[in-house]
Amino acid sequence: MAGGGDLKVLGVWTSPFVIRVRIVLNLKGLAYEYAEEDLGNKSALLLGSNPVNKSVPVLLHGGRPINESRIIIQYIDEVWAGSGPAVLPRDPYERAVARFWAAYVDDKVGSAWTGMLFRCKNEEERAEAVARADEALRTLEGALEECSGGKPFFGGDGIGLVDVVLGGYLGWFAAIDRIIGRRLIDPARTPLLAAWEQRFRAADAVRGVVPDDVDKVLAFLQTLLAIGSMK
Amino acid sequence: MAGEKKGLQLLDFWVSPFGQRCRIALSEKGLPYEYLEQDLGNKSELLLRSNPVHKKIPVLLHDGRPVCESLIIVQYIDEAFPGKDGKPALLPADPYARAQARFWADYVDKKLYDCGTRLWKLKGEAQQQARKEMLEILRTLDGALGDGKFFGGEAFGFADVAIAPFTAWFLTYERHGEFSVEEECPRLVAWAKRCGERESIAKNLTPPEKVYEFICGMKKRFGIE
Repeated sequence: MAGGGDLKVLGVWTSPFVIRVRIVLNLKGLAYEYAEEDLGNKSALLLGSNPVNKSVPVLLHGGRPINESRIIIQYIDEVWAGSGPAVLPRDPYERAVARFWAAYVDDKVGSAWTGMLFRCKNEEERAEAVARADEALRTLEGALEECSGGKPFFGGDGIGLVDVVLGGYLGWFAAIDRIIGRRLIDPARTPLLAAWEQRFRAADAVRGVVPDDVDKVLAFLQTLLAIGSMK
Repeated sequence: MAGEKKGLQLLDFWVSPFGQRCRIALSEKGLPYEYLEQDLGNKSELLLRSNPVHKKIPVLLHDGRPVCESLIIVQYIDEAFPGKDGKPALLPADPYARAQARFWADYVDKKLYDCGTRLWKLKGEAQQQARKEMLEILRTLDGALGDGKFFGGEAFGFADVAIAPFTAWFLTYERHGEFSVEEECPRLVAWAKRCGERESIAKNLTPPEKVYEFICGMKKRFGIE
């Protein structure tokens, strides 16, 4: 397994942003050390590596920090362009489309996610955030049809940028499904995404990284709420 | 049919710093394009068709195909027209340097414009909070620049393109926040002057007084004193 010098990821096991980076490292067949951060007591290494945002994930490559998950993913894709599949397409227009949808996911799904779990003060506010998530997923259903062209993933034959960016939220979606009593990615509403989710979760690079124990995730939610670091 | 024209078209709004990033990039690369000013109060068919998801400018049309989101557009321009007429790349060759450049562009995207909007729109406690945050953002950028000529070091590049349009907004931030960017962040102001010496920037930034006038007009429309 390539490693090209030491690789270390500072993360939190439920973070969609961390999960996507770990999946990409797996796709590229790269060995790395993983360090779980306590968001209520951030390590000196984290604060020193990401003084501006103080957030996870941080990728340390030969001791040098790279921050912001989508930037980290492009870094990995560029440094290890020779190994494993390409995470971003080669064609400039297709790259722009992939970047667009990745940004859309973090903008619309990401803000609905924080709204559904961390920022809502009551069930009404949660429902409003759920409605925003539903709308974003409806749009992404169309995007999947367009981007995949009938192939299994947003990235086509293989998992790509948009897949890992959206896929990072799946562990939380399962927890939210339990809270709201129905599926966010509902086969009746978004059949393509529902099928995509099955395929994505089953992929080697993904298994063990996307959390699949809903009870554990819900318990951890309480920890995060207590820390109050997700506002 | 409009929208399938050959070549480059930019759907934009005159004062938009996001649109200006694209204009600067096109100019740096020496790429001719058709500028299409958009009426944001009455959005055109072309804009709505080209950016149905966000319905926002800027949008770059390349042989009729739309690219949306300013930093995505700038990267597209850099990648689709590599080394055109010997013009250098906006993003550096080294992946670590690229990550740094993307980080600062992303930082400005996440922080600067929204904070600036709160600074001119809000009053009282909320405005004071925005002022505090704006100073922190500007000081962070000043620190990131360090003693470098540009954000990437010796060469003008992606992060500079991403941040330069906001220098036209310093005057507006100063007047609403009652501070001096030059006093607080001398390196940032020196960098802004260096950028302003480049044709791509001198031609494409809105004069600061015009930005201020525009914001005053917006405030009247929103009924803000």
